[in-house]
Amino acid sequence: MSAGSNNDAKLFARGKVAELRLELNSSGGKKDKAFSTKRIALKKIVANMTMSNNDMVALFPDIVGVMGLPSLEIKKMCFLYLVNYARMKPEIALKALPILLSDLEDTNPLMRALALRTLSYIHVRQFVEAAAAPLKHLLKDNDPYVRKTAAFCVAKLYDHDRHMVESSDLIDRLNLMLRDENPTVVSSALAALMDIWERSESIKLTIDYSNASKIVSILPDCSEWGQTYILEALTSYVPQDTSEAAFLADRIAPRLSHTNSAVVLTCIRVILYLMNYIDSEKTIASLCAKLSPPLVTLLSKGPEIQYLALRNALLILQRRPEVLRNDIRVFFCKYNDPIYVKVTKLELIFMLASERNIKEVLTELREYATEIDVHFVRKSVRAIGKLAIKIEPAAKLCISSLLELVATKVSYIVQEATVVIKNIFRKYPNQYESIISTLCENLDSLDEPEAKAAMIWVIGQYADRIENSEVLLEDFLDTWADETHEVQLALLTATVKLFIQRPTKGQELVPRVLKWATEDTDNPDLRDRGYMYWRLLSSNPTAAKSVVMGEKPAITAESEKLDPVTLEEMCLAVGTLATVYLKPVHTVFRSARQRRLQDSPALQKTTLPSYQAMQAAKLVAEQNGTSADALAARAQAHRAGRNGDVLDEAGAYFASVGGQGFTNGAPTTAVTPGEQPGQMYVANQGQGLGTMQPTMHVQSEGNLLDL
Amino acid sequence: MLSGVLLFNQKGELLIMRAFRQDMRPRLADVFRIQVISNAQIRSPILTLGSTTFSHIKNENIYIVGVSKGNVNAALVFEFLYKLVGLGKSYFGRFDEEAVKSNFVMVYELLDEILDFGYPQNTETETLKMYITTEGVKSERALEDSSKITMQATGALSWRRDNIKYRKNEAFVDVIEDVNLLVSASGTVLRADVNGAIEMRAYLSGTPECKFGLNDSLTLGAAGIEPSVGGPVGNISGNKATKAAAGSVTLEDVSLHQCVKLSSFTNDRTISFIPPDGSFQLMNYRATENVNLPFKVHAIVNEIGKSKVEYSIAIRSNYGPKLFATNVLVRIPTPLNTASTTHRASQGKAKYEPSENCIVWRIARFTGQSEFVLSAEAELTATTTAKQWSRPPLSMQFSLLMFTSSGLLVRYLKVFEKGNYSSVKWVRYMTRAGSYEIRF
Repeated sequence: MSAGSNNDAKLFARGKVAELRLELNSSGGKKDKAFSTKRIALKKIVANMTMSNNDMVALFPDIVGVMGLPSLEIKKMCFLYLVNYARMKPEIALKALPILLSDLEDTNPLMRALALRTLSYIHVRQFVEAAAAPLKHLLKDNDPYVRKTAAFCVAKLYDHDRHMVESSDLIDRLNLMLRDENPTVVSSALAALMDIWERSESIKLTIDYSNASKIVSILPDCSEWGQTYILEALTSYVPQDTSEAAFLADRIAPRLSHTNSAVVLTCIRVILYLMNYIDSEKTIASLCAKLSPPLVTLLSKGPEIQYLALRNALLILQRRPEVLRNDIRVFFCKYNDPIYVKVTKLELIFMLASERNIKEVLTELREYATEIDVHFVRKSVRAIGKLAIKIEPAAKLCISSLLELVATKVSYIVQEATVVIKNIFRKYPNQYESIISTLCENLDSLDEPEAKAAMIWVIGQYADRIENSEVLLEDFLDTWADETHEVQLALLTATVKLFIQRPTKGQELVPRVLKWATEDTDNPDLRDRGYMYWRLLSSNPTAAKSVVMGEKPAITAESEKLDPVTLEEMCLAVGTLATVYLKPVHTVFRSARQRRLQDSPALQKTTLPSYQAMQAAKLVAEQNGTSADALAARAQAHRAGRNGDVLDEAGAYFASVGGQGFTNGAPTTAVTPGEQPGQMYVANQGQGLGTMQPTMHVQSEGNLLDL
Repeated sequence: MLSGVLLFNQKGELLIMRAFRQDMRPRLADVFRIQVISNAQIRSPILTLGSTTFSHIKNENIYIVGVSKGNVNAALVFEFLYKLVGLGKSYFGRFDEEAVKSNFVMVYELLDEILDFGYPQNTETETLKMYITTEGVKSERALEDSSKITMQATGALSWRRDNIKYRKNEAFVDVIEDVNLLVSASGTVLRADVNGAIEMRAYLSGTPECKFGLNDSLTLGAAGIEPSVGGPVGNISGNKATKAAAGSVTLEDVSLHQCVKLSSFTNDRTISFIPPDGSFQLMNYRATENVNLPFKVHAIVNEIGKSKVEYSIAIRSNYGPKLFATNVLVRIPTPLNTASTTHRASQGKAKYEPSENCIVWRIARFTGQSEFVLSAEAELTATTTAKQWSRPPLSMQFSLLMFTSSGLLVRYLKVFEKGNYSSVKWVRYMTRAGSYEIRF
């Protein structure tokens, strides 16, 4: 089998129907026993099919004509054509049905399987109906290859016509196949059942302990894909007894050493799932210890798998912080990592950063802050600022790192640093004012609204300590008319703050700004706030002071965490697409069937994040004297609210970085009609996991640190 | 699972489109072309639009795309796409635009076989080659043949054919390690680890049962169990080195080929397996402790004003004097506005590569326990933008035979077979540079 022995590249060209028809129907002479003229014609047709040359439909009768020839290669190409075009010309396609049906009876098992596979791909009523009867026999065929094909065939027919399948006994028969002696057949039947289950609320998939135990025992004999299907099915097993869960987890743990990442990640999913039903802390700890190494090992695979592993690490870390606790260094970026890998590594580094490793982390982040990719640099700067808020003892270190970066005078670094320093002031009021002067040196380089607003906030807040605060503010006010509303709002508030703290300096500015804000603008927010200040200042200056300069709620770095309910749900989906977006499954995929932890005597309710959150809320409620009922209602509402909130928490803390990147929501209209238009998620597309849809929240709202 | 598979060339022309479910529409190919191929800003291998997700990888000059609806197992999708590339390589020698175009019917045939309703089926090359061949028609097979194939394709030993015969029974074992290093500007090792692979070429008759023995003392994942408290983690020469008794190796984690009996590995660390015929990767492993770094790099880089950068790079080899590394290549980044460079190397040749913005220093043969030095200067042109030079890290490439950074050793390889033949085994070790980076 020499490499590239075929050279069909020349056949890969646009052809005309008439010519191809002639070629297909030419006998090719007596010597042409292998039908090579016809084969070449067919290859050309297949090529044209790929190029979406829909003229080819016209050849349908001719194709049916050659389908019966005794050549497997010709047959396969005809079948491919049939699968492609049968829907467009069902009446002609029907002529091929007898050929397919007779092939189902062929003595060669490969042929029977091929015919069955092809027949069940065709979305034409007669084909689907014709498939049902022979399928029943083929499910019991004596060849395992045919049986596994038949198993998938049930799921395919269900996709075509669920009522027909539900009213027949096909699903029961499929169930019986779980007792097949051949491991591939069992795993295929499971995959088919899971596929049906995913799409139908009326079907319940329950696996008891003896079944679970049995399918686990055939794991070693299955292909890597079969192992994945079996592991996926195991999340439908609800342990009734904590020792069962522990035992099963122990038995599947060897799969963590498999070289296929699908097996590994799915195995991690099942182990995480089973841990919810295990009471022994020791067992949990030993299982957790087993999860870290394989996750890290996935980082030596292709970048796409690395990315997936990293996203899942972000998730797992929140549920089981003991996993990966000691592994921060493996997440340091390599210079050549693709940007999506780098950005996720950065998020992980942020999450794993602690008082113990902060020095190392800061050195690393400062290194990133000098890289080329602007978006990545900004995130790194922002991460340093967030660390100052997250790890209080390290605030000083973080701030000095930020100041070093400000000293580079690179515009976007300075602006990013300004934004985070504002948050640091919020977190630690009256502690680090000495750095204000450094910030003031760089006023001129600020040209982004967010950075400007941050700086203006600082000036307003510390108007009494910045000597020339009124001059600085005036500079900003010069361009009032050109500023965005965000900046105008900040200017308005800052001017009022200045007036309250230093009335002599502010008395000139305030009326001017209030006039602008109330009369020269068409932005209702600005006007409302302007009037509010105006009335406040004119009616009760003391009240104005306590309102404007009042104490602000403390900020924390907690906002990057997923809420407990989502976290619980996401852990049942480790390795799936939703984990890339770190959003509740049904906000990304509306039709996806929801998975929940099923209750059982073994379920360790007290250790579930949702339960713990509930308890914590209750405690607060009791202190505040709220009734528990009201609380429960509120938790419910909170949950509903969260579920609807497309802005995910994990990505959001980084999400507010600049508006650059991918904001083009329009092309979604190109998607097939019938899908929800406009719902578009692009992971790491310029802004963490922000969503692009204009009707949803503005991205910066997700960032609680911007209060 | 997968709704369809698409293959595109770099220009966005469709090479292959196969639908496996009704929800796969031809228009989705256009969507991918517009949203990903012609979008320079795309920064993720996964794109979800509505409920449709496109997961893609690139190989040579083609895009390989899996289209799916709903929340599918993303790991499975990517592993499958990689597997498709692997199959293509094994069938056609390589898997690029030309190979796909020359064999497009075959690719369709393969796809039909390895995916059913979008679920990956048997993807073992050995089995597939039994009935999907490049050599024209093989339809009129004897019936026994077919059932043999179907047994093979669904059986527990799908990776190995029956009746393999060799006159000379041989097995070659290659231990190949990629050592990764990241050193900070101040000279501290930020990370040093090894990604190793044991590759095997087995030419053995019948159904041989192989047993594989590594170092006498093989520890697995010690770091995962005992949390190291206090101090910076993972220091290479520190307290952990004391554990490195001679002949022992600590592997952080291993992953094993489908053919290895995972349960017996978990129980007593024996690697026993029935190998596929020909070459395959038996095992991957990762080591982070006691990593022997073959080269120590000392780099001094000074930016003198705005017109000149001075380099002094010293590289010392840290392995036995009898060994030597070959194809040693050091990339020394230069600022973007470099006009010219001068350099002097005590060994090998250095050359400025303007297109890569670096000085490339090549040393064909680097003997153990020696040190070579390069001094260089880069003259800079004046620029209007005073953008800072980002100082990307210096990187190295090399390959070093008969040396493993992790200290892993193959103690024995035993072959048991009914025929009781004797077999010859060969073991080779090689350490290469993975991502060997030194910041300055």
